[in-house]
Amino acid sequence: MTPAGQVEHRVVKKPNGGRRRSKARRGATNPGEARLAYALITPTLLMLALIVGYPIIKAVYQSFLTDPGLDQASGLFTAGDAWFGLHNYTHWLLQQCATSNGGYTACPSGTPGSQFWESVGVTVGFTVVACTLETVIGMVFALMMHRAFRGRAMVRVSILIPWAIPTAVTSKLWQVMFDPQGCINKILGTHYAWTSSLWPARCAIVIADTWKTTPFIALLILAGLQNIPEETYEAAKIDGANAWRRFTSVTLPLVKPALAVAVIFRALDTLRMYDLPKILTGGANGTTTSSILVVDQLTRGVNSASALSTITFVFIFVIAFGLVRLFNTNILGAQTKAVR
Amino acid sequence: MGARRATAAVGLLSATLVIAACGDGGSGGSGNSATQDANARGPITFVTGKDNSGVLPFIADEWNRTHPDEKVTIKQQSDQADQQLSDLEQHFQAKDPGYDVVTVDVVWTAEFAAKGWITPLTGQNALDTTKLLPATVKSATYNGKLYAAPYGSDGGLLYYRTDLTKTAPTTWDQLIADCKDKTTKGTITGTKPACYAGQFAKYEGLTVNAAEAINATGGSVVGPDGRSATVDSAQSATGLDFLVNGFKDGYIPKEALGFQETQSLNAFEAGQLMFMRNWPYAVAILNGKGSKVAGKFAVAPLPGPSGHGASTLGGHNLGISTYSKHKASALDFLKFIESDAVQRNNLTVGTLAPVLTAMYSDPALIAKFTYLPDLLKSIQTGVPRPITPYYPGVTEAIETNAYAALQGRMTTHQALTNMQAAIKSATAGG
Repeated sequence: MTPAGQVEHRVVKKPNGGRRRSKARRGATNPGEARLAYALITPTLLMLALIVGYPIIKAVYQSFLTDPGLDQASGLFTAGDAWFGLHNYTHWLLQQCATSNGGYTACPSGTPGSQFWESVGVTVGFTVVACTLETVIGMVFALMMHRAFRGRAMVRVSILIPWAIPTAVTSKLWQVMFDPQGCINKILGTHYAWTSSLWPARCAIVIADTWKTTPFIALLILAGLQNIPEETYEAAKIDGANAWRRFTSVTLPLVKPALAVAVIFRALDTLRMYDLPKILTGGANGTTTSSILVVDQLTRGVNSASALSTITFVFIFVIAFGLVRLFNTNILGAQTKAVR
Repeated sequence: MGARRATAAVGLLSATLVIAACGDGGSGGSGNSATQDANARGPITFVTGKDNSGVLPFIADEWNRTHPDEKVTIKQQSDQADQQLSDLEQHFQAKDPGYDVVTVDVVWTAEFAAKGWITPLTGQNALDTTKLLPATVKSATYNGKLYAAPYGSDGGLLYYRTDLTKTAPTTWDQLIADCKDKTTKGTITGTKPACYAGQFAKYEGLTVNAAEAINATGGSVVGPDGRSATVDSAQSATGLDFLVNGFKDGYIPKEALGFQETQSLNAFEAGQLMFMRNWPYAVAILNGKGSKVAGKFAVAPLPGPSGHGASTLGGHNLGISTYSKHKASALDFLKFIESDAVQRNNLTVGTLAPVLTAMYSDPALIAKFTYLPDLLKSIQTGVPRPITPYYPGVTEAIETNAYAALQGRMTTHQALTNMQAAIKSATAGG
């Protein structure tokens, strides 16, 4: 393409803007433009490689090294960092702990190794339960906010407040409310020691997390709802669809892309959850998530913690990838169906 | 589309790994520059936890007045122990020469020594310990060497309501008997107070309380070497059962499973407890404004199965950083800390338990702090927590299993068996 052509191309396409322009541009790259593009993004890629790639590679490398051991005579730690193969991984995955005579035994209760699978279960449990609750309630909130009624602005603002509060504050807030003498027991007329027994502690975290992040899902769904043209509903009404039918056949398929993004974001966030349970229960009573276990292990041995964080990384990545694939097919299917 | 979103996911997720990679540091090396700087003098920095008791101004003024060329700068950390620890770890890993003298919790001393972060107080760095309480010196000793200077000690005490009982119980049975008719069972929200509480949330305080119960009956957590696990015994079971049955029978309220020092103190202060186990610092607060029990309580040594029990030792030591450039000044500062003037000020201004033996028999001080003889008994008969560089793993082994037993999720026997195995595993570096 000639320089003149390029200018003309730009002049012509500019007023159109938006989607059509980007589509047209994608087809219109020439070698010069491609080189310029690479030159422009190279610094960013280098920075990313440095601040994201390097730590990942280093952590994975470290996970194959030994942690410092204790020299019994001097009582001092000897340098670690010798090649250790997969032992750091078998320690976590198979729950094998070292014994003083150099062998291996099943990790006893009260060691971090013994908590690995429980923490995985806890993390997945929180994710499934909290995300389900948040999606359902978030959908209800979004539908409420979407409707035109008096005081809608007030409702929108009040729904968004929990999302605006920092997690650490949220955790403290709920800790006070879940106190044995706190308002939740007073309202319910119960005497639960919420944060100091197994299931109440888990419920407390799910409740606090749902309270905090439902607005986020509601907001994303609301954005999706606002993109649905009013005529679609009118057409459905004329065809005789009742409210439930309009919801399942029009609203749900059309809002699905927004919903998918919301669920994926929330699922990833919950899988990495650290601050809420750390502050609310200190990880006690079966509320230790994978991330809490990683941070706890860091003070014991960096290299075994690296193995644990690599496992957590791979685990979350696989789930994330699965979710993205799942929703992608769903989104495409839903869109074609809706268009048809 | 899918690929692009997956890339975004990678970016998000990598945060997990970055945490681990950034925690990297030379924790292994035992680089020792102790000798080369041993004679160096100059200004020093004293790193310590937030001064809630107001003792630091005296220390700074008095030192700076007498050492104008070696002035001390005080750096106050947070008042949370785990935040203090991570601050120290970061500065030691960075080999920061800006930290000369550091406050070390008794249970961190062995780890810091084994990592080569604090200088042994031997040879030309030797410190005279003859006037100090032996228990505090022991807490600063690792592998046969003194690594730190005792700064303040601490022992557990029994707080009791003098308006409900005239004399303090000396045994557990007496304590429970005293509760009959005067307390409600199992709850602290009733009109009558509950019987007894200590610190039973799953954290360091539970290790302290469980070890006290175990040591009181002649059981032990670790052997004489301070390392090898000896907790799986019949005596230990009898001790732990005092707490387990306390929850089962209701003379310890179930809310106490969430109690740390502050919560137990608040409950006692509000008149909701008849007996409480806590550290000496609570005396000043319970006599302060807004306390419902001011003037209506007294302290006594902890009870045991037959006569007084055993306290777990608390307290802090001061260490000289291996990376300090002015070690001679730092050593003089440690000697200054052990002086009568500083220790007296720590007690009178901040009600911190002194480490000088003589201070506990000083009539003027006893007149003002009537609990001093009881505190001395608590410290002298006190048992240190395991002295091991693997302490974080050991304490988790104790608190996790003790907690499960208190909740009734595990039998006492099973909890002790697990505790034994987990301590062994932790001290093997597993």
